[in-house]
Amino acid sequence: MWEYTDKLKEHFFNPRNVGEIENPDGVGEVGSLACGDALKLTFKLDENGRIKDAKFKTFGCASAIATSSVLTEMIKGKTIDEAAKVTNRDIANYLGGLPEQKMHCSVMGREALEAAIENYRTGGKKKHELQGRVVCNCFGVTENEIERVIRENNLTTVEEVTNYCKAGGGCGGCKGEIEKIMEKIQGDKIKEIPPAAPRRAGKMTNIQKIQLIQQTINEQIRPALRAHGGNIELIDVEGDKVIVAFRGMCAQCMLAEYTMKDLVEAKLREFVSHQLFVEEDKDSAKEPHNHRE
Amino acid sequence: METVYFDNNATTKVAEEVLEEMKPLFCELYGNPSSMHTFGGQIARKIRRAREQVAGLLASDPTEIVFTSGGTESDNAAIKGTLAAVPDKRKVITTRVEHPAVLTVCRDLENHGYTVVELTVDKQGRLDWRQLEELLDDDTALVTIMYANNETGVVFPIDKIAELVTGRGVIFHTDAVQAVGKIPLNLSKSNIDLLSLSGHKLHGPKGVGVLYVRKGTRISPFMLGGHQEAGRRAGTENVPGIVGLGKACELAAENLEEENSRVKYLRDKLENAILEKCPDSRLNGDKDNRLPNTSNISFEYIEGEAILLMLDKFGICASSGSACASGSLEPSHVLRAMGVPFTAAHGSIRFSLSRYNTEEEVDYTIEKMPPIINRLRELSPFVAK
Repeated sequence: MWEYTDKLKEHFFNPRNVGEIENPDGVGEVGSLACGDALKLTFKLDENGRIKDAKFKTFGCASAIATSSVLTEMIKGKTIDEAAKVTNRDIANYLGGLPEQKMHCSVMGREALEAAIENYRTGGKKKHELQGRVVCNCFGVTENEIERVIRENNLTTVEEVTNYCKAGGGCGGCKGEIEKIMEKIQGDKIKEIPPAAPRRAGKMTNIQKIQLIQQTINEQIRPALRAHGGNIELIDVEGDKVIVAFRGMCAQCMLAEYTMKDLVEAKLREFVSHQLFVEEDKDSAKEPHNHRE
Repeated sequence: METVYFDNNATTKVAEEVLEEMKPLFCELYGNPSSMHTFGGQIARKIRRAREQVAGLLASDPTEIVFTSGGTESDNAAIKGTLAAVPDKRKVITTRVEHPAVLTVCRDLENHGYTVVELTVDKQGRLDWRQLEELLDDDTALVTIMYANNETGVVFPIDKIAELVTGRGVIFHTDAVQAVGKIPLNLSKSNIDLLSLSGHKLHGPKGVGVLYVRKGTRISPFMLGGHQEAGRRAGTENVPGIVGLGKACELAAENLEEENSRVKYLRDKLENAILEKCPDSRLNGDKDNRLPNTSNISFEYIEGEAILLMLDKFGICASSGSACASGSLEPSHVLRAMGVPFTAAHGSIRFSLSRYNTEEEVDYTIEKMPPIINRLRELSPFVAK
């Protein structure tokens, strides 16, 4: 059971400002049914440009509903410029804190607020859309968003990033990418604890190298793919070219190339040799998959 | 209404009669059954009695009963013990909807050179077990398939599967943790080689379970040490737990008919009323082949953890396959294997009853449920006004 504060529970059981404002000045919609939570925020301004009324509708767990409720309370009476300064930390603090794994709810609140403000500033024309490169395909999280949660919450581990914006919480294929973004932003801070150099093998015979590649796939790569109903098979190794085939969910996945590049190659380079590169065996990918290899 | 406990697939109340049997074993009869003195030796008789009580419920021989620390240990011991006994075979067949105590063990085997095949289920959670005919081969060491699913209550045709598997000379294990005590089992008439059960799922104590090992089944011991359990499971016996489990099995045998009539009636009443009173709700799992106590219902457009918290406020205990309720970001692997859409999986609630539930509790829940669902739907952006 989650450790929720009394304030959070109170807002969950008695949420304020539920609904949608008719003819709103700003509308922000974020999240989706598939992701497990979604929030629609609407607001109206008074003649002095202050937020007169704000309402929400939320699909999600107790903390998603409570953060939406306090968000509407927090922004009422603020000017647009003031509201734009609200961070996800402010929302979480207002509730007396959130469990770490639920911090993404506060981020969703701030995202909806931003989307609504953007919608207002573009005269109701612009709807929220993902900006920048998508890093986590499972939950549709962009590089910009990841950078932001790292900066605003002073995050230093990939696990924290997952708690704050879900990125990396699905197949895990983007964890390497998140780590790179983290290094870029928090460079100095992370360097305080110098990461151990990858313990790579020295000179290997071909057989040793192939065995090590197989072992790395078994231990480091397959579990992450399995978590998503997929699988991977090592087909062949030609010099530094590693040929693999994806099975199950991964085989049909439109993002197979992305997962492969990111996860398989990164792991093989980390654990086996820097020179390795990965190619997908196209012939076996075309075969219908039956889990019986 | 104080607490309405509809989460009996998670754990159950210890029956008063069970507790009474256990009480003297802590401060009065605390001897070690392996001791040579009468004080300790008398405890061995109590364990023998418990073994007979378990065997009585399963219709097996008492010598086939091995006491363990619970369902998870029984599953680990069955799978790893079988593979160690047949080191030349490298294939294991299981299903996608197993409990983690089986599924995680099997998936780990893949990292040790085993081929693991996971059978799929259809939209109702039914197993296409005839796939096995083609899959069983000389390399297959073990088939492990659950008796009944913990999330949906769907019961697999285990006797038929066991007949097919063992007919091909392959060892068959079933995780029957959810089935034992809820539906009749007769191991003397079945071909099951290994079966796991857990004490705390049938009104016995936590921390004790059983691995049934059919006579003649080769299995390497999982836990090494003393000679306890005929060398099949070392370690000084959890005497109060074992005695409690024995009593719980005896009571389960006596109450089996009630479980399949009165408990089933209560479950059906709860389920039918909720499905009728809550629009956009759907049942998960094969209605015709289910445990009599389990109901898994999805509510569209709302999220399971929020429903649980609302129910909790009224003292009603249930569980959910939603991502948020588990702390992961993805919903139940069982519902996903059944192809339940993400939208419905996030809003799934499991009610699991026991013989201690009353019709009053069912009526109370039927009354509380629709307003909760309506309230959360009012908050949801996916419901049209």
